[in-house]
Amino acid sequence: MTIRFNEETFRDDYTFYNSPQAIRRFPFPFDRDDYMYSVNMEPHAGGPEGSVFERRFDVDEHYVAEMRDRAITLDEDPLRCQSLPHMELAGWDLLELIMTCKAEDYPDLFELRRDGDQWHWINRPLGIEQRFTFLDAGTLPHGPMEYITRQTQGDFAVLDQREGNLWMDAGMVTSQADWSLDFDIGMNFFEWHAPVPKAHEMGIFQRALKFLMNVQQGAPSRRLNWTMTVNPRLDTSPENYHKWGPEKRELTPENVGAKQYLRVELQSFWRLPRSNALAFPIRCYLIALEDLVSVPKWGRRLHRVLRDLPDELAEYKGFAVNRPLIVDYLARFDDGAPTSPGIYPD
Amino acid sequence: MPATKFSPSITSRPVYPGLVSRGAAPSLMVADAEGAEALIDLVERDPAVLDAAHIVYVPAGAPFGARLSALGARLCHEAPSLSAALPRIRAALAEARMGFQLYLAGTEGLIGRVAAEAVSAGLPLDAIQSEHRGSIARRMQCVHCKGITEDVATDPFVCAHCGLTLFVRDHYSRRLGAFQGVCVDAETPGIVPASQEIRP
Repeated sequence: MTIRFNEETFRDDYTFYNSPQAIRRFPFPFDRDDYMYSVNMEPHAGGPEGSVFERRFDVDEHYVAEMRDRAITLDEDPLRCQSLPHMELAGWDLLELIMTCKAEDYPDLFELRRDGDQWHWINRPLGIEQRFTFLDAGTLPHGPMEYITRQTQGDFAVLDQREGNLWMDAGMVTSQADWSLDFDIGMNFFEWHAPVPKAHEMGIFQRALKFLMNVQQGAPSRRLNWTMTVNPRLDTSPENYHKWGPEKRELTPENVGAKQYLRVELQSFWRLPRSNALAFPIRCYLIALEDLVSVPKWGRRLHRVLRDLPDELAEYKGFAVNRPLIVDYLARFDDGAPTSPGIYPD
Repeated sequence: MPATKFSPSITSRPVYPGLVSRGAAPSLMVADAEGAEALIDLVERDPAVLDAAHIVYVPAGAPFGARLSALGARLCHEAPSLSAALPRIRAALAEARMGFQLYLAGTEGLIGRVAAEAVSAGLPLDAIQSEHRGSIARRMQCVHCKGITEDVATDPFVCAHCGLTLFVRDHYSRRLGAFQGVCVDAETPGIVPASQEIRP
């Protein structure tokens, strides 16, 4: 299994693209023709061959370019990666989890040799070779969480568990759907979800918290979440909202298929062994509407979901202003035929 | 001026249930302006609360200084501003032992700033009480430049640091002791809604 890594950008000239294989394996988040919040958890225990669920930390054709984009964002704003002082052990837990998973799941790309606490890590796609002492932060160029998440696609929140709650006490957040780690760090589960409409009243967060506090070692879970983004931009942060905001108003009937992206988060949840913290990777996948409709089932279904979505959700997800344009475009790919259950192409 | 009643909001927005005496435990009481009246009311309900109390008061033009110092606390210090009082507050928090109580009264800015200091000094949340009195102006963090603008009374407002026009969210960070301000004309530069007074 060899991956050809795309030469592409997620800002300025936006040369990001999905290959035909990447389109085919896109994690389409809707298993029916409508959408409402739910605690849509399932075991993160593999998935169909070639799917993004197959391996524990999916590595795809965007890996190298995404890591380059993360480095740019961190240079501009180092506060995107923060860890409260009591979270360093959880950072080591996370580093161990990712290194061991990647070395086992992608032996041609990653290699980990361990001799007691003397570790030797090889990351071939990024050209990194590092010898270090496990649990000795002085032997790495960054803290353990920052070190490994500079080499792993997706944002990471690392949650401390105490007082019957989860606390967002560390994170690496450079490809977020408009939330600020610097503002939210230190908050508990209900506080950082406070701005989400409707879900509190529906009891979603109470149930999700109960579930998450009981995630066990070796039994990770996952769910999909989604939003809409204009241009293939990873850094849709509130920090830079005044920079990317104007792009949201550049959609026209002519360019909507190419410029409007469905943004899907593959969220997974992992109990960490030493710290008892919960690792919460939020992996972002982007697909242009014009690519998405190449799978007829997805074109039909996305049209129906977005057309019928409650206004509050469209507002919260930030695309209410563009919804008519998007729905008009997608309507052209909806012949009214029934769709099959589940998320996969027919 | 009675305690402020706020309208219901999101779960990160702090609430200020009012001060309840925890008896003669060693305590720090910090108030600004009309917050003094909350301390006076507290002492009226239970004079024992003063026995080991250290009061720090920022009058901000309010006339309660003399009444507060006449209460007879162990220590009563009047400070020209909260910033000027912070070293003293930090020192008191650093000396706090098990059972120490923190009573905060006055504006959201004062309550938020001192509560954030206390939490970072390791004081447990249940040792911190608060009562809102007086101005409902907010302490705002600009999510863009990270600068804090104190005493924001209108929505939107202009960030005192970077000059962007920000709308006032109810999303609140206890670590920062501030609400979040986000560029109001990010998508349509220059088109800014009329500024309105913030309501409780």
